[in-house]
Amino acid sequence: MQQSKVLPAPAATAEIPAKRIAGAGMLRWKEHALAYLFLAPSLVCFGFFLFYPMLKSIYLSLYLTDPRGRVARFVGFQNYADLFAGGNFLRHLKVTGQFILYTVPTGIVWALVLAALTYGRLRGMKVFQFIFSMPIVISVGTGSIIWLLLFHPTTGMLNYFLGVVGADPVNWLIDPKWAMVSVAIVTVWMNMGFNYILLLSGLQGVPDALIESAKIDGAGPLRTFVRIVLPLVSPTLFFVLVVSVIGAFQAFGQIQILTNGGPMEKTNVLVYSIYQEAFINFRFGTGSAQAIVLFAIILILTAVQFKVLEKRVHYQ
Amino acid sequence: MTLRRINLTAFYLLLAVLAAAVLYPIVFTFSASFMTAAEAGQYPPPIFPHQLYLGNFKEALDNAPILRFIVNSVIVSGVIMAAQLATSSLAAYAFAFLNFRGKAFFFSVFLSTMMIPWEVTVIPNYILVKSWDWLDSYQGLIVPFMAGAFGVFLLRQFFLQLPRELFDAAKIDGCGHLRIFGTMALPLARPGLATLGVYVFLTHWNGYLWPLLITNRAEMRTVQIGVAMLKNQEVMSWNLVLAGVAIVLLPSLLLLLLGLKQLVRGITAGALKG
Repeated sequence: MQQSKVLPAPAATAEIPAKRIAGAGMLRWKEHALAYLFLAPSLVCFGFFLFYPMLKSIYLSLYLTDPRGRVARFVGFQNYADLFAGGNFLRHLKVTGQFILYTVPTGIVWALVLAALTYGRLRGMKVFQFIFSMPIVISVGTGSIIWLLLFHPTTGMLNYFLGVVGADPVNWLIDPKWAMVSVAIVTVWMNMGFNYILLLSGLQGVPDALIESAKIDGAGPLRTFVRIVLPLVSPTLFFVLVVSVIGAFQAFGQIQILTNGGPMEKTNVLVYSIYQEAFINFRFGTGSAQAIVLFAIILILTAVQFKVLEKRVHYQ
Repeated sequence: MTLRRINLTAFYLLLAVLAAAVLYPIVFTFSASFMTAAEAGQYPPPIFPHQLYLGNFKEALDNAPILRFIVNSVIVSGVIMAAQLATSSLAAYAFAFLNFRGKAFFFSVFLSTMMIPWEVTVIPNYILVKSWDWLDSYQGLIVPFMAGAFGVFLLRQFFLQLPRELFDAAKIDGCGHLRIFGTMALPLARPGLATLGVYVFLTHWNGYLWPLLITNRAEMRTVQIGVAMLKNQEVMSWNLVLAGVAIVLLPSLLLLLLGLKQLVRGITAGALKG
């Protein structure tokens, strides 16, 4: 499971009409105080570990820092200019784009197919639902280690299975042509539980009556699914899409364990590059500049999500 | 009718193949961890072990402080879970039942926290925690995650669905908000608390980047970091590593068996109510 999934929040508060209690000045004052007291623990935590670091990130991105994280020299937007002038950062962005392309559409289609096959009330579906949800508890650490052993070029089982069907062995994580594919396979497997659970409950929410009436009208199962069921789950589908893209932008653990960004930088995605810049090269300034670019990208995606959710997607 | 029967058989066959593919990495992990060194040394190794050899688990536990990793993760995820349940339910109660100045403003402040990905703030957080001498400590692993807006929105939604008459009646009886919160709102929102608890626990049990950054000593590592580091230990053969992985997977799979319903509810709560 990825960390910090961005979920759409409930629509803005419906203000509760203020209760008019006679002579309530004191009471109301007490209620205000209590409310602030109730919000305080969360706000203090957000302040220290979210808002302050966010501002500090922006601040750091305008400076050069020494290896101990202290600010050395103001450089303005030079860090950003350097990012986009040098080829490295653009290459990392490109690799991130490729990672998204490899993991998101495949991950969604895979989960959708499994959900479509198992959402009915046939006998035994509960068992399959449990199996296909299961990868949700596989963490990035354990999942990556298991696949690291499966991918091993000489003793790994994947190459053994390839041999059984008569295919040539593949140097999964070592071959620059295959490294991203390998990382994508692991990622799709680890994320499938989350996508599957969401799409399954979306499909289960489609009223049976609609499907029945389509059947009576003579539509085949595939046609019913594409023309009737799919439009009805489009909000869920769209949500899964956005969460997957955002999650893909944040991918880190599997890269760190499986490839360390290699071979030949072929799997060096954005968050791994931030990690490298800040915690291996100890350049906090330029690392922060990269982090701010990541923030901007995710902010735009979230904004697009809210806009589209408002209008375009079909709601029941 | 026979055509239908054939179709149905093909359908179940297809599902079985897909399920086998999805399960294979897990089956591989558990069966390899029961294999003796001799079995694991064959190529290809057998799909299933010929006996239930438990030596790998013992050796894996002897070679790496895996139990310590698990204890660390239980402490860290458990305390974060308890803290988030407390902070989130308090804030959710305020948003659901209390009237106060700046409510809309504070609500948008909470909303805005969901737009800041943790990865973006990780560098200043690291510098901050380091300046407090919190590297390699439980407080460094726990305190930054003690609040979360997701839980606030989830629980607020639960509180708002509770029957209002109940609360009005309590108020007329002279119950203060603290009493109502403790004796009515919290117990009635138990399903919501369970959902949030499972979700938060699992998220932090699986956390990777932050513990990787702030733990150096083996005895402070969490499970995920500890397991990932097994691959660097030259002395460990691959089926020992998998025995370690199996030990770590067991609690997660157990949690899934017990808490899948809660988890599903937590995940779908964000998506479907949007």
